[in-house]
Amino acid sequence: MLPVIVGVSVCVFLIIHMMPGDPARIMAGIDASEADVRVVRHSLRLDEPLYLQYFHFVGRAAVGDFGVSFRTRRPVMEEIGSRYLNTLLLGTASILVAVFLGGITGIISAVKKYSIFDNLSLLISLAGVSMPTFYLGLLLMLFFSVKLGWFPLAGKESWAHLVLPAVTLGTPSAAVISRMVRSSLVEVMDQDYIRTARAKGLREWVVIGKHALRNAMINAVTVVGLQAGYLLGGAVVTETVFAWPGIGRLVVQSILARDFPVVQAAVLILAVTFVVINLLTDLLYGLLDPRISVQ
Amino acid sequence: MSRSNLMNLKPMGPPRTDLDREEPLPRQNETRRIWNQLKRSRLAIPGGIVVLLFILVAILAPLIAPHDPIKNNLTKPLLAPGSIHLLGTDELGRDILSRIIYGARLSLVEGLISVLLAMAIGVPLGVLSGFVGGKTDAILMRLVDILMAFPGVLLAVAIISVLGPSLVNAMISVGIYTIPMFARLARGSTLSIKEEPYIEACRAIGMNPFRTLYRHVFPNIRAHLLVMGTLRVGTAILTASSLSFLGLGAQPPSPEWGAMLSNGRNYILVAPHQVIFPGLAIILLVLGLNLLQDGLRLALDPKMTER
Repeated sequence: MLPVIVGVSVCVFLIIHMMPGDPARIMAGIDASEADVRVVRHSLRLDEPLYLQYFHFVGRAAVGDFGVSFRTRRPVMEEIGSRYLNTLLLGTASILVAVFLGGITGIISAVKKYSIFDNLSLLISLAGVSMPTFYLGLLLMLFFSVKLGWFPLAGKESWAHLVLPAVTLGTPSAAVISRMVRSSLVEVMDQDYIRTARAKGLREWVVIGKHALRNAMINAVTVVGLQAGYLLGGAVVTETVFAWPGIGRLVVQSILARDFPVVQAAVLILAVTFVVINLLTDLLYGLLDPRISVQ
Repeated sequence: MSRSNLMNLKPMGPPRTDLDREEPLPRQNETRRIWNQLKRSRLAIPGGIVVLLFILVAILAPLIAPHDPIKNNLTKPLLAPGSIHLLGTDELGRDILSRIIYGARLSLVEGLISVLLAMAIGVPLGVLSGFVGGKTDAILMRLVDILMAFPGVLLAVAIISVLGPSLVNAMISVGIYTIPMFARLARGSTLSIKEEPYIEACRAIGMNPFRTLYRHVFPNIRAHLLVMGTLRVGTAILTASSLSFLGLGAQPPSPEWGAMLSNGRNYILVAPHQVIFPGLAIILLVLGLNLLQDGLRLALDPKMTER
């Protein structure tokens, strides 16, 4: 995990050096004199060798200091702070939506294999993974906010504002989770211990709920973990559609405003969160299935 | 045909080696077999037809588009779908159908170019990594891991932050974003055939490693790559349109579907058709590609598992 995080930090560090133009000039402004630019360059340590700059960047990043936003002149972490929590809130809500929707449809599809419901959910899943998230978001907005008026259009003033973004972000993952739950449950249902459970005269819902589902869950957890990470990336789009004040929307706004310190910080934070979620998934996988040892 | 029968078929025909002269490649039969398989997969043919239609529309755009996709007509803004403008007009009075027709070109090009770029870099990396092994493999795969540490579209977004927003840069960034998938697949496939007797035979007769890779390894992993390529064109179209939607890809007045949606969003209350139709076009094309990919996977490569 550590080499990956180091690699990510190098990539993020290089963002500011690979962009066209002189960062010191951008920071100082177009009208600044050559002397002013030199002062800014020195204060940003852009006149030091690259590797020293990198160590300095990592040292500061480790204590949450990403410098000052080019746009607002406020410390980057102040810009990011609450937005990160908003993104985590949206991410958590959407993974709940995804697990709930995907889990239920997956279980029903597996139990009623090849039924109309199963085929229909396959079709919806296919459409779900073929649909861009922003389109789903706009359609939900059009129907539930504009036509029915059930939910607010955009922003984040109340809990009701969370519903449509969470459904938008969670639905593609629900499609993937549904297929995964279905296929692993179908596989488990053929196992000997399920036959034994049935032979004992257990009710079908106990067989499914207690014996089959617990074993099928092991595979599903990995997919949920992967999807949770994927949601962080999807947040970039969903937050823009619903004007949700999260870190993803901040990245897009900062790129368009060429506010590189904020871009660096936000991308690094999202990537590290993703790596940590993946690590937790691996650990959880080991806990759920004792046959897999965690090194 | 049942799944078990499918598994009995030789997935990619006999390995194409000079050493294997007893059983020459039945090229004709191979093509026919793939075609038969495709026909059996219920959804692959409809998927393929949809994709083909979009390709035709893209090629014939100037002939079939009823209006100019770029030219403003400020006397007719935000018209609802009707007889002159079948899918209505946008806020600058441009015909939405014509814009969608021209947009098919952009989307297909976006998807193809980014996937070709990803393949051009990812496949040699993966094949090399798998074939050489050892330290080279470890280093290359660590690099791939780093690319994969950026969740979803974030890597493409981060690359755009360096290159700056434009259609071409969106293709480049989606291409780079797709490299890990091809590198991993190529590596995995290479590893799985590396120990086959015909590769060992190449080594035994002292064949140049590059010739072995080109003549014997690559032809045998081609099917996997083609299947993955079809899948990835769809994903690349989705990602590129997301970038355009965010304002990081194609710029106005380009009739790119994602950009059209981004623009239409501002008029969603008064002219929802401006949002609905470009989105439908994206779904149809990507769905077609996904269905075709599913059929191709079964036909070319029954052993390949879903990612």
